[in-house]
Amino acid sequence: MEIFTDPLMQRALVVALLVGLSAPVIGTYLVQRRMALLGDGIGHVALAGVAAGWLAGSLANFTQRDALALPGAVIFAILAAVTIERLRERGTSPADVAMAILFYGGIATGVLLIGMAGGTGSNLLGYLFGSISTVTWVDVWITVALSGLILVVGLGLRHALFSVTHDQDFAIASGLPVRALNLLVAVLAAVTITVAMRVVGVLLVSALMILPVAIAQQFSRSFARTMRIAMFVGAVLCVAGLTITYYRDLQPGALIVVLGVFAYAIAAGIRAATQARSSRGTEPA
Amino acid sequence: MTSPALRAADVHMALGGAPVLHGVSFDVAPGETIALMGGNGSGKTTLVRAIIGALPLTSGSIEIDGRPTSPDARAHLGYVPQRISASAGVSATATEIVVSGLLRGRRLAPPPHAKARALDALRAVGLADLASRDVNAMSGGQQQRVLIARAMVRRPTLLILDEPVAGVDLPSQEVFSEALTQLKAGGATIVVVLHEVGMLADLIDRAVVLDRGRVVHVGEPPHAHGDHAMPGHEHLHPHDDDPNRPGPDTPTFEITV
Repeated sequence: MEIFTDPLMQRALVVALLVGLSAPVIGTYLVQRRMALLGDGIGHVALAGVAAGWLAGSLANFTQRDALALPGAVIFAILAAVTIERLRERGTSPADVAMAILFYGGIATGVLLIGMAGGTGSNLLGYLFGSISTVTWVDVWITVALSGLILVVGLGLRHALFSVTHDQDFAIASGLPVRALNLLVAVLAAVTITVAMRVVGVLLVSALMILPVAIAQQFSRSFARTMRIAMFVGAVLCVAGLTITYYRDLQPGALIVVLGVFAYAIAAGIRAATQARSSRGTEPA
Repeated sequence: MTSPALRAADVHMALGGAPVLHGVSFDVAPGETIALMGGNGSGKTTLVRAIIGALPLTSGSIEIDGRPTSPDARAHLGYVPQRISASAGVSATATEIVVSGLLRGRRLAPPPHAKARALDALRAVGLADLASRDVNAMSGGQQQRVLIARAMVRRPTLLILDEPVAGVDLPSQEVFSEALTQLKAGGATIVVVLHEVGMLADLIDRAVVLDRGRVVHVGEPPHAHGDHAMPGHEHLHPHDDDPNRPGPDTPTFEITV
């Protein structure tokens, strides 16, 4: 199998597998809290971080001007996540407007900063739509570390994070450190987005967190099982999409998401058919 | 001298800048069962959310077992919310929800035998057979029983319930009444928000009645005997639109004892 001996594909497959496994873990908590679109918002701000990192690299005369792009994205995404969490905590209606301003400001700032760094909007395309075929071994190790963090914390604290995202008032009444756990979910979402950014890009990053969960929900009636199925589905989608693009000249990030949408449609169809059959079976003769 | 299980002292609260509670004070003795009553907008739920720590006080204090309310003080508090919040974005089984009741304070993972304890709590509310069922597929009454089981599994010394039987079917109300009787027999202190005492009349030791954010009655529940409807309930806010309505110090309903 040539695909497994090609160093470029080896790196890309490792990153795709790790992102496919870890993104749905945080996605499950976001869907639970009905904040499925949070990833989109943070992604927009992460793009400003990419450009800020690019600008810093240019000012420091780095040979590779985007060397600080990923650290910049991580910092900006975490700041955005914490800000959004604070707005959510306040619970006032203008928070929606404030979040929208944050998101639009993020992408516009990104375009401006990349221009100041001497680049063009096309330099951001790899971050907008993903560029998994260009990952280096340094990227792989960063992905291993960050995905490991997401998996260890997201799975290790699953009972506490379930409690907080399921019924916040009950978690407060139980004396759980709700504010810290909420911030943890937000920060993990930010880290997930910056990790997944290399695979599908910031414009589609939410899809990797949400689609596997939506598919898993068609077959699961429990929270833990939903998370496990979503992790499996996420990993299969990412690896399958990447594998197909090895043989066909297609954009990997977009293909992974389109595969996910198809898988969701099939899963929803199977569920609807199963429910229709079972309801016919229970009808009185 | 034994500290009250719960003490509210001159509690003032505001929501969105509007005053909601105006100097609410009362004590609940250990093992006592209190009905917190009053009409819509009287401040009952706001007070409950302050007791559980979900809303900050403007001034005054709330103490649990003689300690200011804090995550540590709430470690043995059980809470059943007003709204059925068993359903959320992702499916969850009754067992998963009840197991979440075993977390407290800095204990962020369930203890050993958590599932067995959750099953016991579900059995106590008549839902052992539905332990693995998605709560979204349950009736409103069954969902509320899951939430009661989640509170019971904590073996709480202080139980706060916010209108737990509102809109719940009769069988679920009966199960709820039985569960509360068991907890009371075990020495738990209970504060239950009610619109009417209903089938819980025999359990209630005293009522604290709020009207527009002030305590207007502490003592025997209104119409604790026989008639389950709170007397004058429809008169709690008879003059809401009347600029000449009586001031907040003038209760506008009757208490029949």
